Amino acid sequence: MTAEIGHFALILALLVAVMQATVPLIGAQTGRQAWMAMARPAAVTQFGLLAISFGCLTQLYITSDFSVLNVVMNSHTDKPLLYKVAGVWGNHEGSLLLWVLILSLFGSAVAVFGANLPPGLRARALSVQAMIAVGFYLFMLLTSNPFERVFPVPINGRDLNPLLQDPGLAIHPPMLYLGYVGFSMAFSFAIAALIEGRVDAAWARWVRPWTLAAWCFLTGGIGLGSWWAYYELGWGGWWFWDPVENASFMPWLAGTALLHSSTVVEKRDTLKGWTILLAIIAFSMSLLGTFLVRSGVLTSVHAFATDPARGVFILGLLIVVIGGSLALFAWRGPALVSTGLFKPVSREGALLFNNLVLSTAAAAVLLGTLYPLLLDAIGGGKVSVGPPFFNTVFIPLMIPMIIAMAIGPILSWKRADLMAAINKLWLAFLAALVAMAAAWVLRSEGPLLGIVGIGLAAWLGVATLIELTGRIRMFSAPFGESLRRLRGMPRAAWGMTLGHLGLAIAIAGMTGAGAWKVESIQSMKPGESVNVAGYDFTFVGVKSGQGPNYSLVEASFRITQGGKPVVALNAEKRVYNVSKRPTSEAGIHTMFTGDLYAVIGDKDDSGGYVTRLYFNPLVVWMWAGVLMMMFGGTLSLTDRRHRVGAPKKHQGVAQAAGA
Amino acid sequence: MKRKHKRLTFVFIAMLLLGAATVLMLSAFEENIVFFYSPTDIKEKKLADGKRIRLGGLVEEGSVKKAEGAVVNFRVTDLTTALPVTYKGILPDLFREGQGVITEGKLQGGVFKADEVLAKHDETYMPPEIAEALKKSGQWQGKEK
Repeated sequence: MTAEIGHFALILALLVAVMQATVPLIGAQTGRQAWMAMARPAAVTQFGLLAISFGCLTQLYITSDFSVLNVVMNSHTDKPLLYKVAGVWGNHEGSLLLWVLILSLFGSAVAVFGANLPPGLRARALSVQAMIAVGFYLFMLLTSNPFERVFPVPINGRDLNPLLQDPGLAIHPPMLYLGYVGFSMAFSFAIAALIEGRVDAAWARWVRPWTLAAWCFLTGGIGLGSWWAYYELGWGGWWFWDPVENASFMPWLAGTALLHSSTVVEKRDTLKGWTILLAIIAFSMSLLGTFLVRSGVLTSVHAFATDPARGVFILGLLIVVIGGSLALFAWRGPALVSTGLFKPVSREGALLFNNLVLSTAAAAVLLGTLYPLLLDAIGGGKVSVGPPFFNTVFIPLMIPMIIAMAIGPILSWKRADLMAAINKLWLAFLAALVAMAAAWVLRSEGPLLGIVGIGLAAWLGVATLIELTGRIRMFSAPFGESLRRLRGMPRAAWGMTLGHLGLAIAIAGMTGAGAWKVESIQSMKPGESVNVAGYDFTFVGVKSGQGPNYSLVEASFRITQGGKPVVALNAEKRVYNVSKRPTSEAGIHTMFTGDLYAVIGDKDDSGGYVTRLYFNPLVVWMWAGVLMMMFGGTLSLTDRRHRVGAPKKHQGVAQAAGA
Repeated sequence: MKRKHKRLTFVFIAMLLLGAATVLMLSAFEENIVFFYSPTDIKEKKLADGKRIRLGGLVEEGSVKKAEGAVVNFRVTDLTTALPVTYKGILPDLFREGQGVITEGKLQGGVFKADEVLAKHDETYMPPEIAEALKKSGQWQGKEK
């Protein structure tokens, strides 16, 4: 019964979405107030129906109802409750249900909190939101129904893929989806603005917080995914330039660009067309990401088995959404007139430069990701494009951007003096030189790029702090005055400072772990020792045990440095009872200077165990940097100007926001 | 500076960036594209040693031998031709005899020295390249796409 309620709610949601996609839009075009007013209750109703539907599927998982195919394929009675719930979105059908649930959540948020939006913009944006929803509802109901029944009813399920039975991965998909789908807000508002032919500061002030929220979630989702790959896959790496990873990284690049250009629209009333285009691109990249992950067209280390019919449907959806919105942009885009003028050397100019680099980088990643598909389509053979390609293209593109990132915030709006700005940064330049020299002395055997990376991190970090001290007049005004300024600093400014500082720290981490990783693979017998980067790993032995739904072999290592004990590490190899699939759990000890990392493999014929031991320098800096970026974004979200209703010149209904 | 000139500056910067990116990409494509071959392809095309390629197929039943010092030897087959592979390291968790596998590395005197063996999250997944290689050798038993 629960399954039927869930299925029925989904069908009802489709019908409501069809209404919401048409009636308010026609109303807005013909000026019928009542038609436009229908959008808000419809959006809330959609969310209610989706919540029922999602609740039903969750209930089916918790009670292990094996008359439903989806539960059979992905669950088991012995599974811990957390993974029963996480199992809901640990599969294709369920994750799509989560996708549309989040989409409807954003839609209803516009309906509830958008009381002070111009009615026409609101009605049109909600209609566009519903159009996307219609596409996804149809996709689910026609090709991927999560509520399909199975007969005869099996006694137990097939269990969730053991690699996914992990707390980090339980929350990774919802975060990533909040990011992906969050960009649908910017997209819907961009399309609505194109239909209206008007973009102003109020528009940007409304779109920006949603973009920022989506960006925070996406940053967190990518960070979590990377962290999971690091400790769960046991390869000692954290980023593989895999198609699935690229699928989440491209919207991040486009979204980061959008975040910066929407500031310009809000504050300076310029770059409008460009911002609209970026909003379309960011969401298109999100859709493409969904397509790449769910269609199985690319060989990926993360690939999941998939069904070609689904791929064709998503491809169709992709063509309609991207093609349609770009055509609309080509038709209506020229109508958007920007008023703010600026010189190339100015804050606007720097932000535009950042936008150009980020877009170029996103395009390069896109091309590299799709190249195997394109080449195969024209009969050029099967190829793979791996990390060496992306590293050679992506890293050199980032270098000028990081250099400019330090200068941009110091430039004034409209026009600025480049030499004066650079003069202010002499300390950052010095810091970069010192850091590079230090890196050279400590790790002269590593690649040159590593030293450059550390220099860039120091340059950006110190320059960001210089901007902060300049803002609060740290050394030019009395200390009390500076303190007062520090406290009075808008949270959006804190967001920028923390975001940039976080990136600087993350760059240091990525450089350290990327350039100076020490790896050692060998067969070890109990009692044997191996030296990795100055640490002696002694293999103590193995013991067997039982987990809730798996059996395990646990290997212990004792690590010493120059005779002094550092830590004891345990690495596990698990075999899950139901699927008989093995997984590895790396033993990791995190230190400020780097991680000690041990993985245990199979027993070999000589009685030893294959072990993989790593020293990953500075890797924790990367996660810390990502967390700081997220925190900066969140802080910026709570800025006063997002909470107070944006005053509007045109309507004269500048009332405070309803919430 | 006039509005038109300002715009030109950015068009110029954009062209410069795109140009740089294109140059980077072309040179990277030249060096870093890895072609995929099945064991039969390698035999028929008499591929030279030392070029970095991907080899895919099924892990031949009964062929996995663990040697000294974390080295594993096995054979990759498309059910018409089999090629010996040697790999040093820990095999991915889902590596199993009779299952699809993709390895990356170089040919060396008739033996494929792999430095990477790709893992899959999902055991029912068959990389499209392998499915096609099996279809070409007439050994495909799965459903037709």
